[in-house]
Amino acid sequence: MTFLKINNLSVNYEMRRETVYAAKKVNINVEKGEILGLVGESGSGKSTVGNAIINLIDEPGKVSGGSIILDGTDIYENPENILKLRGKKIGLIFQDPQTSLNPILTIGEQLIETIQTHLKLSTEESKNRAINLLKEVGIKDAEKRFDNYPHQFSGGMRQRVVISLALCCEPELLIADEPTTALDVSIQSQILDLIKKLTKERNLAVILITHDMGVISETTDRVAVMKNGDLVEIGPTKEILTKPKEIYTKALVSSVPPTNKKIDRFKIIEKENKSQGETNIKILNRWTKKEIINQDLVKVKNLSKTFDDSFFIESTKNSVMAVDDVSFNIKEGESFGLVGESGSGKSTIAKMIVNLYSPSAGDIDFDNVCITKINSSKEMMKFRKQIQMIFQDPYSSLNGRLKVKDIVAEPIKLHNSSISSKEIDSYIYDLLESVELTQQSAERYPHEFSGGQRQRISIARALATQPRLLVCDEPTSALDVSIQAQILNLLKDLQEQLNLTILFISHDLPVVRQMCDQIAVLKNGKLCEVSKTEELFNKPSHEYTKELLTLMPKIESIYN
Amino acid sequence: MDNKKLTWFNRVKDSDIYYSFIKSPTAIVSTFILILIFFCSFFVEFVTPYNPFDPSSLSLMDAFTPPSWTEDGLAKFILGTDGQGRDMFATILYGSRISLIVGFSAVIFALVLGVGLGLSAGYFGGKYEMIVMRLTDVQLTVPSILMALLVDGIARGIISRELHDEMAIYVLIFAIGISEWPQFARVSRAATLVEKNKDYVSASTIIGVSNLIIMFKHILPNILRPVLVIGTIGLALAIIAEATLSFLGVGVPPTTPSLGTLIRLGNDFLFSGEWWITFFPAIFLVILAFSINLLGDWMRDTLNPKLN
Amino acid sequence: MVMLVVAFVSFSLFNFVGDPINNMVGEETSDEERAELRETLGLTDPIYVQFSRFVVNASKGEFGISYQLRRPVSELISERLPATIELVLVSALIALVSGTLLGVYTGINRKGFLSDAILAISLLGVSLPTFVIGILFIYLFAVILGVLPSFGRGEVVSLGYWSTGFLTLSGLKAIILPSVTLSLFQMTYIIRLVRAEMMEILQTDYIKFARARGISEKSIHYKHALKNGLIPVITIAGINIGTLIAFSIITETVFQWPGMGFLFIQAVQFVDIPIMSAYLVFIAFVFVMINFIVDILYYFIDPRIRVKAEAVSG
Repeated sequence: MTFLKINNLSVNYEMRRETVYAAKKVNINVEKGEILGLVGESGSGKSTVGNAIINLIDEPGKVSGGSIILDGTDIYENPENILKLRGKKIGLIFQDPQTSLNPILTIGEQLIETIQTHLKLSTEESKNRAINLLKEVGIKDAEKRFDNYPHQFSGGMRQRVVISLALCCEPELLIADEPTTALDVSIQSQILDLIKKLTKERNLAVILITHDMGVISETTDRVAVMKNGDLVEIGPTKEILTKPKEIYTKALVSSVPPTNKKIDRFKIIEKENKSQGETNIKILNRWTKKEIINQDLVKVKNLSKTFDDSFFIESTKNSVMAVDDVSFNIKEGESFGLVGESGSGKSTIAKMIVNLYSPSAGDIDFDNVCITKINSSKEMMKFRKQIQMIFQDPYSSLNGRLKVKDIVAEPIKLHNSSISSKEIDSYIYDLLESVELTQQSAERYPHEFSGGQRQRISIARALATQPRLLVCDEPTSALDVSIQAQILNLLKDLQEQLNLTILFISHDLPVVRQMCDQIAVLKNGKLCEVSKTEELFNKPSHEYTKELLTLMPKIESIYN
Repeated sequence: MDNKKLTWFNRVKDSDIYYSFIKSPTAIVSTFILILIFFCSFFVEFVTPYNPFDPSSLSLMDAFTPPSWTEDGLAKFILGTDGQGRDMFATILYGSRISLIVGFSAVIFALVLGVGLGLSAGYFGGKYEMIVMRLTDVQLTVPSILMALLVDGIARGIISRELHDEMAIYVLIFAIGISEWPQFARVSRAATLVEKNKDYVSASTIIGVSNLIIMFKHILPNILRPVLVIGTIGLALAIIAEATLSFLGVGVPPTTPSLGTLIRLGNDFLFSGEWWITFFPAIFLVILAFSINLLGDWMRDTLNPKLN
Repeated sequence: MVMLVVAFVSFSLFNFVGDPINNMVGEETSDEERAELRETLGLTDPIYVQFSRFVVNASKGEFGISYQLRRPVSELISERLPATIELVLVSALIALVSGTLLGVYTGINRKGFLSDAILAISLLGVSLPTFVIGILFIYLFAVILGVLPSFGRGEVVSLGYWSTGFLTLSGLKAIILPSVTLSLFQMTYIIRLVRAEMMEILQTDYIKFARARGISEKSIHYKHALKNGLIPVITIAGINIGTLIAFSIITETVFQWPGMGFLFIQAVQFVDIPIMSAYLVFIAFVFVMINFIVDILYYFIDPRIRVKAEAVSG
């Protein structure tokens, strides 16, 4: 008998204007001892399926059809059923360990309460059980840490606590909804290893919901691919990833940046543009193209930045060294990658280069002028014009109160004070078409666009000043992988045609490999190494780089 | 997305705010009542034939006429008359005009001051922010009604007694406005801190847009929603504060009575049975404040995406 | 810090608003006599000397002599203080207890007739000015029904410096109307705050995670959500007591309650600066004390603050 059987599950969200079908007649079976990956892009309904199993769908969602049968019990037959199953038979892990623990109860209190809800144990017995569990998920000094509050744990440790809470009454089914997305690569691999180990030892059935094909390939036995609420394909992971039957799956797999080689462009199967990169960059006519001379455009010398908390007398925290004595040079026309985990200082460096922060020590030269010591605002404007930036979050990088037209027009007006309004309009249209948006977009407001389209608007705004250096701070990490492929292709095209210099900041090694000529690796504000891309991936010299390379989830691992 | 031209009207019609307005009977009803009150108060000359401040039209014979539906009532005085024979209905409308003028002016004063300081404090940060926020802290420890009383008391000390009646309304606006600005400052500072860290502000800085333009063109429109909510609730508070001060006898003088003054004057007759003289202004005041609060409450729920 | 600012404000009040001498002496006093009085009062000393003297006197509870009543302010205040404090304490108790209970109820049961009714009434409560409630109550309970007194404190029993109304029946009866009147506005405010807080917390991830672990709804509401929800209530409770003191001015006027607010409002009408400044300093002192207590409570209730403080100290 199948352990978990999802039969024709349909979930609807009744919204004001339309009904969103988050799951349409989905059929999935899961057996004990296996990890099923549920993969899809945002809006595919993968989390909805996970929440439906434990009957915790957010309002106004409703299960409109089908059944979920767990070990012979129909979950939706009787609303009482699920109350007995939650925690006892089904465990759930959320994405963000920062917010999934109650901040004012100790982890011990939370564990004991959960255990005593389901098992008839005395407080003493529950405590022993909880401590053993904490040890099992890899928390050192479990006895001591038992009385700690959640905020005293680091992100990775908190996720371990969350796992121990999900497992404390020995559920047989574990649903993990993006359990490692909020974590760094090195911690991600530890958590995934832990889930794999527990699956084997406890003979769990696990549903791992993720958008990361690398994680799917390294962790799961079988995989189900979802799109817009439909189950596209389900089968053994190796088969799906290597020989996908459906076009959508093929597209999805091909837009994942390979980790083992550098490709020229991402293949976009769904809508291959006929004449890419040739006629569509209209902006070229207006561009005063810089010839690439073999020189260093940006020189970063012994750059340091400390953030001082001591301004507030209450907190006597020591100042944090965000960037510590970093030096590197970027050649004109190249793509330079800046890689590191969270807290490595990569974004801080970017913000110093675009002059949002001023460095605590060290210099930044741009075109042989030290830009950190400019005082006159007139001088500054010259450099503002030449250095532009693209941000990570497409939702916060555009002012929602302005039309796209006004957003793109702002830099044009500012840097060409004599321009006529007709001229501005045609300039805006050229810019929008260069980033593959229609002219009609100009009259709309940002909220009418998707994340990928917003990122294009951002790029259009950045190009409006005709910059020489484009700083891209994680430009695609908030996007789905197929959209990421499109944006990365666009950036590559623009760079080639416009002779742009790009500083590309990312935590995602495969992406950096595809985009960059040279890469600098950062850790805790310190520079580990700078090397040519292929050299770095094939013969890393620094220990930390080696570690990162081994730990990153690789979609190709399925072939081994 | 269809290609229909997005005019301003269509945008309003299409917006979620309009939708939830149509769906909310309380919002519609309270808006209707408010429009009615505003209209009647500001065009009171056309609404009622009586002018309670024209002594020639008053007759002491009419004094203490009870409301029209009671035994001794007269049809021409719907809500009865007060001790000087003034028609209550007209007096109330004239009074509510003063209450509304004071309320609106005080809120606008508080809003401009509070948002200006809060926005700039949040944007520039540093010592300036600390000073502004300390100032609001200190002032918030003094309850608003006390603050207003104090300002009024000081004004009485400075301004000579003869001038005081003339200046009373301005003193009142200043006193209430001063007592409400910290709310606006705190809300707009908090909202500015959120907006300031959004990337569109960084993008504008990198483009080279000046601080002043970033503050007013980019940040200000984005923090208006919470400010608007506070403003609406603040209006109700200001009207209540005005009424309270006038009731305590430190607000507008009896020669140009506001709702609070009317209630105070009527209060004296409560024990002798002429209940309508204080009752109707009080009810009117409550309806006014209640409608504004209902609208403010609805706005808070609608404009706060967190609770949707 | 706050105390100093307030002290300075009240000092300025004292000195610059009107001429204190003019207020103290009659029209016919000669200029020499005025100058002499000025000298004896120390008004010719430099400002900072005057200010420090003011602070020293204020800390001893001395604020000079009331212009209007011609009695030492300290005496007047200590006479009126018990009445106000009893009124405020009873009101605060009513407002906090019922406000929190109703707020939690409406926060948990978002929909339902009772919740909607409580909310509508609470909104009405925010719209009802305190003095209107007071008048309404007087009319209803004192004029029409005649069951409760409409003014004064009733009989008081004096216990040393303190005169209390709690020990006599008439005293207890007399406090009902004013205290309920005073607490209503604050109560509705607390209901709405607690409700908003509860609703926000019930949507957090950790509540969802607790549900997913099968924790009972009862525990989720009263153990997980309520504890988090009460943290901001502490701050509000502090502000609440302060506001109650301020609003007691109105209630005391309506009910002719012989407390400090009544004294103050008379002082404002007659520009009786010493009383005004003394009252101000008193209010500021109460606020500072409340803030201090709130900070200490936070330390005990919120582990995030407690652990941080321990880490710093050790």
